[in-house]
Amino acid sequence: MAEQIVFMLQLVITGIAVGSVYSLMALGFVLIFKASSVVNFGPGELVLFGAYVSWATILNMRLPLIVALPVTLAVAVLLGLVIERGVLRPLIGEPIISVIMVTFGVASVIRGVLNMTWGSDTRPFPVLFSQEPFHLGPVPVSPVHLWSFVAVMLLLLAFSAFFKYSATGTAMRATADNQQVALSLGVSVKWIFALSWCIATVVSALGGIILGSVRGGVDFSLADLGLKVFPVVILGGLDSIAGAIIGGVLIGVLENLSGGYLDPILGGGVKEVAPFVALVIILMLRPYGFFGKPEIERV
Amino acid sequence: MKCGGFRVSYRADERVFDTRWPVVGLVLLFVVLALAPRFATTYWLDVLNRIGIAVIGALGLNILVGYTGQISIGQAAFLAVGAYATAILEAKAGLPFFLAIPAAALLTSLFGLVFGLPSLRLKGLYLAIATLAAHFITTYGIVHWERMTNGVLGFNVPPAVLFGVPLDSDARIFYLIWALVIPATLFSKNLFRTKVGRAFIAIRDRDVAASVMGVSLFRYKLLAFLVSSFYAGVAGGLMAHHSRILFPDAFTLLVAIDYLAMIIIGGMGSILGSIYGAIFMTLLPEVLKLGATSLTGVYPNAFGMIASTRDIVFGLAVIFFLMYEPEGLARIWLRVKSYWALWPYSY
Repeated sequence: MAEQIVFMLQLVITGIAVGSVYSLMALGFVLIFKASSVVNFGPGELVLFGAYVSWATILNMRLPLIVALPVTLAVAVLLGLVIERGVLRPLIGEPIISVIMVTFGVASVIRGVLNMTWGSDTRPFPVLFSQEPFHLGPVPVSPVHLWSFVAVMLLLLAFSAFFKYSATGTAMRATADNQQVALSLGVSVKWIFALSWCIATVVSALGGIILGSVRGGVDFSLADLGLKVFPVVILGGLDSIAGAIIGGVLIGVLENLSGGYLDPILGGGVKEVAPFVALVIILMLRPYGFFGKPEIERV
Repeated sequence: MKCGGFRVSYRADERVFDTRWPVVGLVLLFVVLALAPRFATTYWLDVLNRIGIAVIGALGLNILVGYTGQISIGQAAFLAVGAYATAILEAKAGLPFFLAIPAAALLTSLFGLVFGLPSLRLKGLYLAIATLAAHFITTYGIVHWERMTNGVLGFNVPPAVLFGVPLDSDARIFYLIWALVIPATLFSKNLFRTKVGRAFIAIRDRDVAASVMGVSLFRYKLLAFLVSSFYAGVAGGLMAHHSRILFPDAFTLLVAIDYLAMIIIGGMGSILGSIYGAIFMTLLPEVLKLGATSLTGVYPNAFGMIASTRDIVFGLAVIFFLMYEPEGLARIWLRVKSYWALWPYSY
């Protein structure tokens, strides 16, 4: 009995750790959607981009972490600006299908460029945290998971404070709430759009670094993880930052528990599909998520 | 010289071909196609076969996305259901292909109905996400229902047999595929001259307004999913016979994105556009391959670059068309044609 509880706790703890990275990716997604109502269907490629660039700066160019991290983030900001200015701004006001497809297109270009520059082999990722597991009561916890959780929580706290207290953060919330009113109050909506893309690429890059060090290597399967953003944001509500954070952790725990308990019965792979089953159920019951704002449509 | 369309009766307005020349062109095209297996190499026959399959799939997707406005990222799942249903009906139930393909297509359209149920409650972005989830659930089912699908080991499909002749070569399957492309195109062209087709378009343009005017959203949205997935089922069945071995890996999310790209690049809400898009997307990797082969002398690594170059070119093409020509190749073709129709006095 005690073993079973330990097993379950272990699943939950790993789930929270993995889920916190989903929260980070979902934060980027929600920011873009809130500010500019663009749905980014390539969140995984942004994560992949961050992971590869940090791999290149840390291991390939042998820069110290203190230098490599800012360089990676600066490149991520640049990517955000290029995507927003170059591709999405001309498409403001186009039908949803165009916006969805253009983000698929952007994701495809990023994947191609990464593949062309660095090839598709798995790259060993620098171990940023020690691997030796320690015990939290009876449950063994790996420090990588703990540190990634702590790092994500700190980042999420920082971003929450940014949105709540800084003038720019307030302007972003105002834009998300009502673009016209924000414009008339002197907020540069264009700049906010660009900024939201930059923040999204930066948090995705950080997510990539954390995921890379948790898995000990980067390869293109990281991009598939990005699609887990959809169950998270549907659970939490597409336009809710708090929803993204809670949803990420919940989906992480859900996929780990279902993987741990249903895999022996159903024969593997449940982990990959369980979040999407949850997505369909939530969509049918509460299409606007648990924290989202319902849309009302008039003729 | 034609300088405008003057249609004085409803009959004239509904005509498929305005003049005689497109009909002549089509007949010539059919003759060339019918003779193609005589002189084309196996390689190009294979490409032509894949174009034919892509045309049917793209037509189906365009009916759903381009004409009815229901965004679906589930085309790969539909194709997979059609392909596996055909293969299972033939290999396990022993049906001949001319019964198995329609039966599989019917099964796929039932599957599409289930897929389409969320569309009654969700639309736009939410529907897209729901179909994305349905894609993952379907492929999970195919990989793990090993007793029926053989999972990742692959499913061998027996060749189709017609009057005792096995359709086991590219040249023989060619006729089967293109014999289905022609009625599929005609049906979809005619669909949008009927009440049902107009209802689809009304739903795309504004579903709330359509329902106020008496278009039953329940009925026509589901009907759109039904017709569209029937096409995908036929295309899937042909895929099963064309490749003769089925792997779940042939139906990834990237396939669904490819099909969406076909109708975007070709032209959304255009029959001709679906055909152009299918040709473009099938030829793109082949052209890159040819380019890489000729470059290997100068740059020996060129062959390894094909996959990544394809990703980049594909992405840039999608971005380019969405930004500069949202109506796709069909529109470009129209412009080129009208330019030459009045040339050299283009005023």
